[in-house]
Amino acid sequence: MDLSAINPTLLLASLMVAATPLLLAAIGELVVERAGVLNLGVEGMMITGAICGFAIAVNTGSPVLGLVAAAIGGAVLSLLFAALTQYALANQVASGLALTLFGLGLSALIGQGYQGIKPPSFPKADIPFLSDIPFIGGILFRHDFVVYLAIALTAAVWWALKYTRAGLVLRAVGENHDAAHALGYKVVRIRVAAICFGGACAGLGGAYISLIRVPQWTEGMTAGIGWIALALVVFASWKPWRVMLGAYLFGGLTVLQLNLQAAGVAIPVEYLAMSPYLITIIVLVIMSADKSRAPAALGRSFHASQ
Amino acid sequence: MLRLEKRPQPSRLWTYLTPVLAVVLTMLCGGVLFALLGKDPVLAIRTIFWEPLFSEFAFYYRPQLLVKGAPLVLIAIGLSLGFKAGIWNIGAEGQYIIGALCGAGVALAFYPLEAAFIFPLMVLAGGLGGWAWAMIPAILKVRFGTNEILVSLMLVYVAEQLLASMSLGLLKNPQGFGFPGSRNLQQYPSAHNAELLAGTGMHWGVVAALIAVIFAYVLLNRHMLGFHIRLTGDAPRAARFAGVSPTRLVLFCLGVSGALAGLAGLFEVAGPSGVVSIDFNAGYGFTAIIVAFLGRLHPVGILLAGGLMALTYVGGDIAQSKLGLPKAAIQLFQGMLLFFLLAVDLTTNYRIRARRKEAS
Repeated sequence: MDLSAINPTLLLASLMVAATPLLLAAIGELVVERAGVLNLGVEGMMITGAICGFAIAVNTGSPVLGLVAAAIGGAVLSLLFAALTQYALANQVASGLALTLFGLGLSALIGQGYQGIKPPSFPKADIPFLSDIPFIGGILFRHDFVVYLAIALTAAVWWALKYTRAGLVLRAVGENHDAAHALGYKVVRIRVAAICFGGACAGLGGAYISLIRVPQWTEGMTAGIGWIALALVVFASWKPWRVMLGAYLFGGLTVLQLNLQAAGVAIPVEYLAMSPYLITIIVLVIMSADKSRAPAALGRSFHASQ
Repeated sequence: MLRLEKRPQPSRLWTYLTPVLAVVLTMLCGGVLFALLGKDPVLAIRTIFWEPLFSEFAFYYRPQLLVKGAPLVLIAIGLSLGFKAGIWNIGAEGQYIIGALCGAGVALAFYPLEAAFIFPLMVLAGGLGGWAWAMIPAILKVRFGTNEILVSLMLVYVAEQLLASMSLGLLKNPQGFGFPGSRNLQQYPSAHNAELLAGTGMHWGVVAALIAVIFAYVLLNRHMLGFHIRLTGDAPRAARFAGVSPTRLVLFCLGVSGALAGLAGLFEVAGPSGVVSIDFNAGYGFTAIIVAFLGRLHPVGILLAGGLMALTYVGGDIAQSKLGLPKAAIQLFQGMLLFFLLAVDLTTNYRIRARRKEAS
């Protein structure tokens, strides 16, 4: 075992990369849950986004176009969930599971011809001057723009939820849909929009994995990150900045675990690989003591006749 | 425009009709999907749903239906109890793996001893293993209020890693020339879950599945606990006033579903599969969720739904080898089924009416 082989600059830099897909998916789900909808299909939307982005990027040669396609793919898939839960009033837990199972099958089908292909590489931002700062520059300022996009998105969601009218309406719908309806807000429409946003974010997060982080396509490559993103929203008590903190913590854990594997620690690889999931459970246990922050209408269907 | 009108009571007719309607819609959409993939849709659907039952080689496929259907029914019965009460065990796949590991572990510990008590002991170990794995989310739920959906799902990934570690380490065949995977239990008579009647596919897992169906039916219709499960699902507030203990229900529902999933894993590893290997789990734990819903969470319905889903597995395999239909297409087909089911379920609780002109 040789721990000195772990380079702290690289470790912290790859932490940001590992955290980005989680952050994207979780911030999308946060908006969905603040609107009172529990979408358990994050994993399915992520993997669909991953293959949509990958396929388009390979065929057009443009990774940016791939990311756009991934967001659209995720959003389209989430519309299925929206149709089921908002118009057909189906159970949200079951519909979310259906979305995940469907997404896994769909992505495997689309992805058949894409195994073993290398996608076009993504340009790094390399911000002038800032990236030359020793240590910090290497960690913070030499990433692709999606890393910064995810952070900007977190800030935007925080600002929108806290300071805009639209954010207030969204929260009202999530806290008490009957009251929001009585005030004349279109509960279903607002929720569908939120679900769509969540789907686009999840798709983007998935494509980040297949296009930038790994980068290649393998079946089921999201490996539970969508579910961890769901847990992250609970961990964050439905607050945007805490989601980011959580994503970076989990990103750090994943990277540390991979580094320890590479450094040849005496713990078997399998036990290191299961650690992110175990830690997710422990964190869930610690955070679930306080349920007061959850949106009051979370998971409940709305129909104007009731 | 269409308008929804809530029924005072769920329609009995539609309760029975919706699964059939969902299957028909899935066949139609699946046909379109197969056509898009460049296959003859009618031939593909016929291959999946007709060939395993009535073709000239059906004698070979029919036993396969039992082999695939038994674990699905066994797991789905357990899941349905929880789903009825709003307790979501999504981690059956993990409990299935742990059950198989525990059962196979017992068998391999006794190898090469031949004794009659080994198989019953394995069954016990398998059930207990699955039960223990499901007790983790159950206890965390009752003690700390942790979300059982996320915990049970996370434990699937943990179980998969454990399976990899076991098949490469502790349970690896010492005479396997370094290849991963355990000894083949099919070649160990005391531990082999052999066919009870040769050539029928009938093994102890099938028997267990049938017993589970009867057990669940009696529990739900003739027992107080079953009534409490249904009551909690239909009217949680009323259940609380009636003195139903949620703690007991969570422990019971997760425990039973875990034990049944563990048993399914054990019967699989001791019988059709034979070896503990990295890719031992085949997604039965997740497909069983579809089976539970397709069977409308009713024991007899689940039995039928398990048969149908086994048909898509066996027929899917035939279509894969004969028509070159990709495996993922079958997976997508199964996913679609759940979608349509949830969508048409609307008609059970609501009437769909044309919107009348409102008085202005």
